[in-house]
Amino acid sequence: METQSESLAMIPPDGALDRAIKERIDVLLEQRLEAKLAEIKAAKTPSMTIIATKGTLDWAYPPFILASTGAALGWDVSIFFTFYGLELLKKDLRKLKVSPLGNPAMPMKMPMGPAWFKSIRWNIPNAVQSLIPAYETFATKMMKKTIRKTGVAEIGELRSLCLEAGVNLIACQMTVDLFGYKHEEFIPEVKEYCGAATFLPMAKDADVSLFI
Amino acid sequence: MDFDKELDARGLSCPLPILKTKKALNDLTSGQVLKVVATDPGSIKDMQAFANQTGNPLLSTTEEDKSYIFFLKKK
Repeated sequence: METQSESLAMIPPDGALDRAIKERIDVLLEQRLEAKLAEIKAAKTPSMTIIATKGTLDWAYPPFILASTGAALGWDVSIFFTFYGLELLKKDLRKLKVSPLGNPAMPMKMPMGPAWFKSIRWNIPNAVQSLIPAYETFATKMMKKTIRKTGVAEIGELRSLCLEAGVNLIACQMTVDLFGYKHEEFIPEVKEYCGAATFLPMAKDADVSLFI
Repeated sequence: MDFDKELDARGLSCPLPILKTKKALNDLTSGQVLKVVATDPGSIKDMQAFANQTGNPLLSTTEEDKSYIFFLKKK
């Protein structure tokens, strides 16, 4: 008791000891926290959630490329397919098409013939494109040919690789109802049919979250 | 360099060389070496990033006759 009152008596009235203790705690806490955070980061498996909303052949690539690569890096990956993105979960992917109509960024090049011919960029006006019957089918055929020639994977192959690597494929039930789809139209590997309330908490905890 | 398995990823584009590398590594045991041959110019950076992320050391990268040769050691 006496010792305590003695030491208490040593405390300067301006609270210098309080400040010294606080400073020391701050330093120790910071050091400990940094080590702890590094430890947590090293132990955590990175995760990624992707929202896939597009259903054309060209836009089918980004979600499956990123998901399969993420899985190859050892990450936990989930893709939530909504609206037109549901097309990417169909059993038959051959119906995916690409349209140059209204897409001025898409280079229209021929995949065959001599180099000078292949390098020509065919600028066909929208008005003309829209009048040619089966123009999309033709453009899709050309793109598929280019895909094969350049060694880019086919969508079906990328999707299989995703499944093999344990990527979770999740479908939006609301869109299934909206577009009048049946679950039988989709591959049986679809992990679940759910809504935004299921997806958002997953996205909240993910390190990477993308909207495609 | 000695290796235990070889992967021919020539003619394949991103991300296939990486995906196939990952699969090939799964068949190896710790310490074994995988040789990958690719033609995708993007694979030089990607293979390094893959090695860093997954902790499988990239022992060497060489360019030979428009091909890129990688040696990866399974962790």
